[in-house]
This record gives sequence, C-alpha cells and structure tokens, in this order.
Amino acid sequence: MSVAVLPYTVKPHPVTGVYSGKLGTWLFLASEVMLFGALFSAYVLLRVGAPASGPAAWPSHDATELSWKIGGFNTLVLIISSVTMVMAWASLKLNNLSKARMYLGLTVGLALVFIMVKLLLEYIPKFQAHHTPSHSNFFGLYFTLTGLHALHILGGVFVITYFIFPGSSLWKKDPEYYTNRIECTGLYWHFVDLVWIFLFPVLYLL
Amino acid sequence: MGGAHADISKHVKAYIGVFVALAVLTVVTVAVSRVHFSGAGNIVVALVIAAFKASLVAAIFMHLKWEKAPSIWWALAICAIFFVFLIFIPVLAVGELPPQAQHGMWDVVPQVGAAH
Repeated sequence: MSVAVLPYTVKPHPVTGVYSGKLGTWLFLASEVMLFGALFSAYVLLRVGAPASGPAAWPSHDATELSWKIGGFNTLVLIISSVTMVMAWASLKLNNLSKARMYLGLTVGLALVFIMVKLLLEYIPKFQAHHTPSHSNFFGLYFTLTGLHALHILGGVFVITYFIFPGSSLWKKDPEYYTNRIECTGLYWHFVDLVWIFLFPVLYLL
Repeated sequence: MGGAHADISKHVKAYIGVFVALAVLTVVTVAVSRVHFSGAGNIVVALVIAAFKASLVAAIFMHLKWEKAPSIWWALAICAIFFVFLIFIPVLAVGELPPQAQHGMWDVVPQVGAAH
C-alpha cells in the first residue's frame, strides 16, 4: 500500500500561490482573530456598560491588584520567544538543524517561564485573594482572556516540542517541508505573542 | 522568500531591529499609562502603540512584508472586515445600555484614574 503524500507542501499551489500549509495556517489564524476578537468585543461592551459608580463599577487597576511588573516581564518573555522562534526558521534556511533545535528549545523554555509566572505569581495568588472569575465582570474577562491565551501557549509548547524531537526526522527526508512546517508553527507562535501585545495594556494598564 | 544566505542575514537584522523596537515600545506603553490624558486619551494611546507593535510582529516575524500571495491577503482583508464589525458591536448596543452606563461611556478613563 502506498503512503498518501500531501501535495504542495513545498512548491506553491498554482491557484493560491503559496504552499498549502501556509494558507491553511493563515485561515486558521483568521478564525483565531474572530475567537479573541469576540472576547475583546465582550470586554468593550462590559466595560462601557458598567455603571459609573457602585459595586458593579469597573475596577481601577489598583483595585484589580494586577501587577504591571509581572505583566511587563511576561510581555518581554514572549517577545524574546518570538525572536527565538523566527531564528529557528532562519537557521533551517541556512541548513543548520542543530542550531534550529537549540532555538526551538529556547522558545519552549521561554513559554514555560511565561506559564509558570502566570500560574505561580498571578493565578494562584488571585484565587487565594478570592479574585476568582465569579468575583466580577473584570475577573471573569481576565481569566477567560488570559486563560485562553495560556492554553494557546501550552498548545504551542506541545507542537514545538514535537518538532524538536520526533518531528525533526522529517528534516532528513525533506528539509524544505520541515522548514515550512516550522514557518507555520512560527506564524501561530507570533500570533499568540500578538494577542498578548493587546492583552497586556488592556488588562494591566488601562 | 529567497533561500539565499544574503537574504536570510537581512531577515535576521530585521528580526533584531523589531525585537529592540518591541522592547522599547513595551516600556513606552507602561510609561505613558502613568500620564493621565483627558477623556479616552489613555485608551487611544495604549491601543495605537499596541497596534503598531502588532503590525511590526505581523510584517517582520510573520513575513507579511515579503508576502506576495493574493490568497493570503484576501483572507486577511476579509478577516479585517469581520473583525471591525465584531469590535463595533458594543457601539451598536449603546442604546440598549442602562442610562447610568451610557452617561459613563466616555467617562471611562477619569473613572479608572479616580482611585489614584
């Protein structure tokens, strides 16, 4: 039995003008924009709909006790992880698999730093202070938006780890295909970074 | 996307440049959030900086600067139209909000800053 081979994993598709994985990834990211966009829209609605005063009023950021230092630190961690991700792709373009794997490893490491900071310095203390999702509209949105974002980071960790270890065997068989898969993984990873670029000021600063 | 080494080293330089810009703009975002602009000024300034940072990520890290395929640009254009609609839904709901909220609508920043 012959193994089915995916067409247009390297060469551009004659109709779309790109290799199919890339267009597929962009379509997926477009759906992700809708997913996060709906939640941002909910944020705007709940914020402008909040009464000007009283217990249901939108909390000041002193009241939310969200630390801009922790949020800012995690912003920098994600920005650096985006650089290491794109450097992995650039290393593959220069035919250097071991360097690419090192950069992918760094990306995973930085992602784990992000998640640990979020969990240990933010989520757990927030729950201990009874700032749970049911506390207020603000914390409901905070946990939904950052939780969904953190799940995306976790998903990225699994995918990148796969490409460091078992997935990298593709490099020997078809290096260009492997490079393209890393580019698509990178597109996703940069999108997750891009979402955080909006989440940070919206939740921590405004 | 050229596979030539010269092309890639040009890319790498752009990546480092974007990294520095993003780091600096993160500091700027925090710094300007300390300044109290009138009305919705703080929100506008923060979102303009965030949008600029996001477009740097999309253009350089996500390679859109070098992207020529119309299929991708079409997907993005349609996505942008729906996104704008999505974000404008709250504006369409303004008439439905309770009166005190409508009153407070453009008052969001002073209200947030009120706690000092």
